Amino acid sequence: MSSGFDPEAVIDAMAPMLGLTIDPAHLPGIVQNLRAAEAAMRRMAAAPLDDMAEPAPVFRPEALK
Amino acid sequence: MTVDAKQSAAEIAAAVRAGSLSAVAVAQQALARIGAQNPRLNAFTDVTRTRALAQAAAADQAVAAGRDPGPMAGVPFAVKNLFDVADLTTRAGSRINRDTAPAASDATLTARLEAAGAVLCGSLNMGEYAYDFTGENAHDGASVNPHDLGRMSGGSSGGSGTAVAAGMVPLALGSDTNGSIRVPASFCGIFGLKPTYGRLSRHGTFPFVASLDHLGPFARSVIDLALAYDVMQGPDADDPAQTPRAFEPTLPGLDGGIADLRIARLGGYFRHGAGHEALAALDHVARALGATQEIDLPHVAEVRSAAFLITMAESAALHLGRLRSRAAEFDPDVRDRLLAGAMLPAPWIVTAQKQRRAFATRMAEVFGKTDILLAPATPCTAPALGEKWLNLAGERVPLRPNIGIFTQPISAIGLPVVAVPVWIEGAALPVGVQVIAPPWREDLCLRVARYLELAGAVAAPVARGET
Repeated sequence: MSSGFDPEAVIDAMAPMLGLTIDPAHLPGIVQNLRAAEAAMRRMAAAPLDDMAEPAPVFRPEALK
Repeated sequence: MTVDAKQSAAEIAAAVRAGSLSAVAVAQQALARIGAQNPRLNAFTDVTRTRALAQAAAADQAVAAGRDPGPMAGVPFAVKNLFDVADLTTRAGSRINRDTAPAASDATLTARLEAAGAVLCGSLNMGEYAYDFTGENAHDGASVNPHDLGRMSGGSSGGSGTAVAAGMVPLALGSDTNGSIRVPASFCGIFGLKPTYGRLSRHGTFPFVASLDHLGPFARSVIDLALAYDVMQGPDADDPAQTPRAFEPTLPGLDGGIADLRIARLGGYFRHGAGHEALAALDHVARALGATQEIDLPHVAEVRSAAFLITMAESAALHLGRLRSRAAEFDPDVRDRLLAGAMLPAPWIVTAQKQRRAFATRMAEVFGKTDILLAPATPCTAPALGEKWLNLAGERVPLRPNIGIFTQPISAIGLPVVAVPVWIEGAALPVGVQVIAPPWREDLCLRVARYLELAGAVAAPVARGET
């Protein structure tokens, strides 16, 4: 991912879309967790996936009980 | 016949069924122990005294009348407080959920244990909304490790670990999304079973991460795990996530030994980061099983990261309404993870779900050549209460998200695991080893755990000072 990842900018952009009001006192913790998530995403991307890869959950249509 | 804290569920049930032990006497003793120990250990958040005594009396009456009181007659048990218990508020470790109405009925697994004659004694402390590996709780305080009162019980089913290791009850239920059964089992030195994803009904339990949530039992003996697991199996029309499976009992074959099993230990990722106690425990178990092969799985860190991201995103979606209106009432550590989780890009999560499938496919190939895999349950023994940092392969990392490095990749693809407790000679604290089987083969990991128990290689004694 880009070295320009800016957690504060993500929070500023996403919070209104999610209907969240972020207490400034909570910002450092959220930033830390977003950085951890971004690092996890980069680690995850090391394993190759092709276009035919299926996601894990399988939806089973079900009749009304 | 008298009852003491060391007795197993199977021993209690056999004596109650035979009429040589009163279920009411057993329940009174369990309630007395809970009353005496809980102020020190903080395992229970609710004690269901009246209900327990009534259920026990019903078991005794059944025996007296010549009726079958059930295979778990008179066995005291308790449940993590995310399980619905009729007339109790399901707090799920939170302050916020205490404002909800009491549960109208019991969770399916609780009801099945009671239908088999077991006696519910109460609900157990847990990390807030199960987003925790420590056993600490910002609202109720920590459930304490009975082997060392200054140390963590492990989470998020911390109270379950504490209650069983302290001999308050021989059996407890917990949940495991990324390791929340296996971590407290490891820190508290008891057996824990995380069944295959989709095996046991989750109906009537407060969710955390729908893609990854499992429920299962804790006990001090493998027979007790198998007994409870067999009673809890079976389809439940109220759980849409459950996979339809036939009843596959594990008790009848439990003493089948290991002669027909190919057993290997996991290396690579599972060696890197493990502390010397965890590696010594793994060596000990591998030796006892004659397992000399070591397998280095590819892309383990990737699937662990996938589980990490799915956990953040799904739990954030679950709690978004509460984050909007009551953010200040969360445990701050949990709240900040949830808020960040709400902001993750959708492609990350879709990719994470594909990584799970890809890893499951690779593991199916491994299980074509192997029946059982061994790995550490935790990288270390129980850390001190309040500790925030962990030394992982010489690197100082945040403790809370990293206790589950060895459990998370396994639950990410829903494999059944028994965590077995190891006491290395001279060690002050236990540590667990994961005995991992292919999907739907709980019978195999239970059988291996039983072999280890009979060989004396693993054991779950009641904590000294609590007997």
